[in-house]
Amino acid sequence: MSSHADLATYNFAYLDEQTKRMIRRAILKAIAIPGYQVPFASREMPMPYGWGTGGVQVTASIIGADDVLKVIDQGADDTTNAVSIRAFFQKVADIAVTTKTDEATIIQTRHRIPETRLKSNQVLVYQVPIPEPLRFLEPRETETRKMHALEEYGLMHVKLYEDIARNGHIATTYSYPVKVQGRYVMSPSPTPKFDNPKMHMSDALQLFGAGREKRIYAVPPHTEVVSLDFEDHPFEVQKFDRPCALCGAEHVYLDEVILDDKGGRMFVCSDTDHCEDRRADGHVGELLAKPQEAAE
Amino acid sequence: MTMKTEALTGGFAEPVHQAQGVFKLMMDGMARPGTIQTVGGGGTVPPAPLGIAAGAIALTLCDHDTPVWLSAQLASPLIADWLAFHTGATVTQEKAEARFAFIEAGKALSSFGLFSIGTQEYPDRSATIVIEIANFENGQLLSLSGPGILGTREIRPEGLPDAFLRLWADNRVLFPRGIDVVLAAADRFVCLPRTSKITVREI
Repeated sequence: MSSHADLATYNFAYLDEQTKRMIRRAILKAIAIPGYQVPFASREMPMPYGWGTGGVQVTASIIGADDVLKVIDQGADDTTNAVSIRAFFQKVADIAVTTKTDEATIIQTRHRIPETRLKSNQVLVYQVPIPEPLRFLEPRETETRKMHALEEYGLMHVKLYEDIARNGHIATTYSYPVKVQGRYVMSPSPTPKFDNPKMHMSDALQLFGAGREKRIYAVPPHTEVVSLDFEDHPFEVQKFDRPCALCGAEHVYLDEVILDDKGGRMFVCSDTDHCEDRRADGHVGELLAKPQEAAE
Repeated sequence: MTMKTEALTGGFAEPVHQAQGVFKLMMDGMARPGTIQTVGGGGTVPPAPLGIAAGAIALTLCDHDTPVWLSAQLASPLIADWLAFHTGATVTQEKAEARFAFIEAGKALSSFGLFSIGTQEYPDRSATIVIEIANFENGQLLSLSGPGILGTREIRPEGLPDAFLRLWADNRVLFPRGIDVVLAAADRFVCLPRTSKITVREI
């Protein structure tokens, strides 16, 4: 009873209907202009900026009573940000949640794209801190807006070129700029560049919400998303020289975990659901295999 | 002038969840241009000749921030009152002010020109135009391509305004500016975001 009484004090999914309509209109225009940042009247949310207020507002505006929500933070379902946002929507929308990528209809993410290929009935909602890919090159909004309007992206190529001049290769590893459908240069949010290829021709709709910066943008399904590069320095994703220590997965994004103060470390899947699935299927990584051998 | 009681009925019975449902269809429709979305009844009965799908879209997206433009047959006091009562939206005579426009079936369309197409800096400040057509089965075979479409997708809208294909081609040239269109027939609709390319399929 008490939980129902609590719920009654909020509208479904926290936001009032007028706010939802405003965000919904922004989302539709964002989809119609892939990669273009639509300004919206971002609201105060019951969590601080930087905790995913943009993503939360997008999710709150699209979610329905039948949706199944998954929230990940750096690939993990069990970190603070993911747990608290999941709990938030359970409380204010009373919806089903999951940690399984396959079962989710809406996946809100901070800084990763799941390893499992997304399907057409899923929507990926990104939490975006800085939506403007040109912001660190040109601080004035009036100027960056003009650059987008005129498709003037030379500055971004200069930045990548300077990477090469200093380091011999493009040293940008996350928030790696992409061009959407041959028109707008877009920030993929601070995902590792490892995930950039997954955005290209995805079966799922991708929505991006930046709460503090008050921008929403989108990539429709089956849309070209090309990472910027040069002919003689083509785009490359990170490579890892060892598989996941727990599940033995290769060609996935790995996190480094410090094990002790003697230099011990392991590399594990950043996508916890993917790792758990593989272990359930009987895949065993180096670190899990060892204790068994010792026991035998 | 007093408001007719018909203007007070026929809205969403459950505004929160029905608006979410119709928005989800709109979002899926915009993300996958050419797919036919069905609103279903849900008790939504807009005053004739405004169709169920068009009415549901108005209930879902229009409010006091979005002036609405209505074509001649739709611009009745009853429909204006219905929109005002259920959404708070005002009807405008100025196409350039309208965020949403509703155009009746069979209306001759000479141009999208007076509707807002946004600016090069803010292409999102453009109108969304809902055009009533006859059906999605018996018309000319049209092939769509562009974002949201793997390869091509076919639609058969009957009752498109005569000049529509030419106007649409002109609209696409303006990208990223341009209007977005929703074709509606009874309780079904198809979205055509400005990115969709339409070609006539010769059979």
